[in-house]
Amino acid sequence: MSDSEKKKPNRRDFIVTATTAAGAVGVGAVVWPLVDQMNPDASVKALASTEVDISAVEPGQSITVLWRGKPVFIKRRTQDEIDSARAVDLSELKHPEKDEDRAKNPEWLVMLGVCTHLGCVPLNDKGDYGAWFCPCHGSHYDTSGRIRKGPAPTNMEVPKYEFVNSNTIKIG
Amino acid sequence: MKIFLKLTFLFIIISSLTLSRVNAAGEQQELLKVDWSFKSFFGKFDRASLQRGYQVYTEVCASCHSLKHLSYRNLAEKGGPEFTELEAKAIASNFEVTDGPNSDGEMFERPAKLSDKFVMPYANVQEAIAANGGAYPPDMSVLVKARKGGANYIYSVLMGYDEPPAGMELDDGVYYNKYMYGNKIKMSSPLDDDIVEYADGTKATVDQMAKDVTTFLQWTAEPHLETRHKLGFRVIIYLSVLTVLVYFSMKKIWSRVETKV
Amino acid sequence: MSDHEYTPKSKVGKWFNDRLPLLTLANHLTDYPTPKNLNYWWTFGGILTFCLITQIITGIVLGMHYVAHADLAFQSVEHIMRDVNYGWLIRYVHANGASMFFLAVYIHIFRSLYYGSYKSPREVIWIIGMLIYFLMMATAFMGYVLPWGQMSFWGATVITNLFSAIPLVGESITNWLWGGYSVDNPTLTRFFSLHYLFPFLILGLVVLHIWALHVPGNNNPIGIDIKKPSKDTVPFHPYIVIKDAFALLIFLLIFAFFVFFSPNILGHADNYIEANPLVTPAHIVPEWYLLPFYAILRSVPDKLLGVIAMFAAIFVLVILPWLDTSKVRSTVFRPIYKQFYWFLVADVLILGYVGAMPAEGLYLLIARVATAYYFAHFLIILPFLGFKEKTTPIPLSITEPVLGGSADLAMARNNSGLKEKL
Repeated sequence: MSDSEKKKPNRRDFIVTATTAAGAVGVGAVVWPLVDQMNPDASVKALASTEVDISAVEPGQSITVLWRGKPVFIKRRTQDEIDSARAVDLSELKHPEKDEDRAKNPEWLVMLGVCTHLGCVPLNDKGDYGAWFCPCHGSHYDTSGRIRKGPAPTNMEVPKYEFVNSNTIKIG
Repeated sequence: MKIFLKLTFLFIIISSLTLSRVNAAGEQQELLKVDWSFKSFFGKFDRASLQRGYQVYTEVCASCHSLKHLSYRNLAEKGGPEFTELEAKAIASNFEVTDGPNSDGEMFERPAKLSDKFVMPYANVQEAIAANGGAYPPDMSVLVKARKGGANYIYSVLMGYDEPPAGMELDDGVYYNKYMYGNKIKMSSPLDDDIVEYADGTKATVDQMAKDVTTFLQWTAEPHLETRHKLGFRVIIYLSVLTVLVYFSMKKIWSRVETKV
Repeated sequence: MSDHEYTPKSKVGKWFNDRLPLLTLANHLTDYPTPKNLNYWWTFGGILTFCLITQIITGIVLGMHYVAHADLAFQSVEHIMRDVNYGWLIRYVHANGASMFFLAVYIHIFRSLYYGSYKSPREVIWIIGMLIYFLMMATAFMGYVLPWGQMSFWGATVITNLFSAIPLVGESITNWLWGGYSVDNPTLTRFFSLHYLFPFLILGLVVLHIWALHVPGNNNPIGIDIKKPSKDTVPFHPYIVIKDAFALLIFLLIFAFFVFFSPNILGHADNYIEANPLVTPAHIVPEWYLLPFYAILRSVPDKLLGVIAMFAAIFVLVILPWLDTSKVRSTVFRPIYKQFYWFLVADVLILGYVGAMPAEGLYLLIARVATAYYFAHFLIILPFLGFKEKTTPIPLSITEPVLGGSADLAMARNNSGLKEKL
């Protein structure tokens, strides 16, 4: 009895350990579908792009459209606004980005109208830089949508977009 | 292992109950049986057949039957007909959908996109009934699952048009079908040899078209069938291995007490 | 609860345990002395716990995607089946899980009937169990309504109309249940709400069920009282845990086979047709696990009496501990009752079978005979048998055979020995 008991633990431990490990792998595999089901589903992913007619927007005006459930600001900028955006020294910026990189066609600025601080929608024509101001926690953005003052860490995001023709922008 | 025999026995009883329920539904002719590629453990769809089936659906069925739970993007998805994304986009752009309202508050027509649902032949059920002599052409999205006998039933009905037996009176617009419940159907035989022209050169016989469109409808009802079979196989293998491991662990652990397990 | 005082080894553990004795509870559960001769029919308690948790988890997930609205419910189920990541898997596990849950609960109940687990001192465990069973049926019924297919709609119509049998207030009650003058959107939304709630009530009752079990301890195949802990018992962990795990895996293999290879065989094709208040399907049948009760309902020609008979069929189970007058628990030592036990099993299976058949002709006759026998078993045979039956000698303990055992007993012990080996 005592002899066999001395030998037993090793083999028993091995098979029990192997079983426990195999069981743990299975539990892990079961968890994945339960987590993944909360990710964007196939129908949501398919709604990736939206087309916007911009023919009616006058210089200095801004329109807001909904894309993936978020507001997108499409602003037709005046020459003054473009100039002031381009004149800024990059070293003054919290998140240095050239206006040329943010607005390929300088007249049109397209960006997600979501404050990068905690996701509120900034107000147009407000704040210290005469552009956007977020009322939630006081972030000021300039005419290029770049963060200049306040708690937001980065500039407002520019989504992927293209001009389908001179009157239509496709976002996404 | 007597207990498992008993369990199996129980299962036979339960499944025979289920089956007898199916048979109880009516004394109707036994369905035609086809050796579908999607049956069995490793069953997969015949890709070419799915694509041909889609063609039959659009050219023959779609004028009356909707597929309202499907989107055009599904045509390019894995496990389905697997058209390329470009082909699927081209298919979608053949259809007009109503979108809007635009900034003027008006609805407008535009070509369908991949994200759009299949365009329906009728605006609503009432219109569909009115246009079809009082019979509603059912939506086909889950039709295979909604009929006892599944794919075999759909195939049998398509093949089941025949002369009515002597003495059977049929009203106008009612047709005799060997396999339809009650043998009366308000859809005239939809298939005729060569009513579609297959791009891959397959001869469009009634039998071929019936098989193709049934395969297609099986996919619309169960778009994840292939993934299900593949995942199922892995799960069964995993569970079997784990069962063996647990069995030997159990033997090992219970060897400490003299009672047998 | 435990027979010995437990003190955690670590200082932190002791500090915590003095304030909330969770570790004592964990120790009680792992050390819980279990009769070592339990056969595989005793593993279904663990399997049922697994089923309940699976249903709750998959149900919560489905609730994240399902829309409880008459116009959108069917569509949202198709959305789950087509678009949601692994949605098809989760829904098929939930739908087939209900059937597997009932399969396990029926085995569990019939095990209890065979070995007399409902008898003193375990009556409260049994009654809580019956409450769980009743809530399970209510939950499953309401869950079946949610996809808003034809069977959902007409099943809901038929079952809620049962209450219209009540004299005087019947109509008010059905209108109250429906929130209208027929099954419609208000009915669907309240069923969804209750279908979400009931599993948690069941979970609470399961805790009480196990608590009540841990007071007297498990019954066992021989049905005698055992000393615990003793050499007749083994600690729950690891012995019973590993045995339950093995049985659960066999159960899971069958479960997986249904989910992956014939996920719709236990369902009804008509439920893939959207609900239509104008057209009733040719044959309305409930899910298989409700068929015996459905047969009893239809076997009585009077509307009110039929409903009463159906509910009485469940109630008679609740008072079973007092209907069975026999002092001997296990059927192993009751040769005559053993025959009647298998008659009852056959009777319930027959009721299930005729429940699926049209209520006419021979089927109706069989249903009436089977219904009469069902009640006769519990109300006449059981009480009578307890007084009249001559039982075979019972051993003193699991390990010690009876002194001077008879041939009958040797056979009986052989039988239970066989079962242990399974």
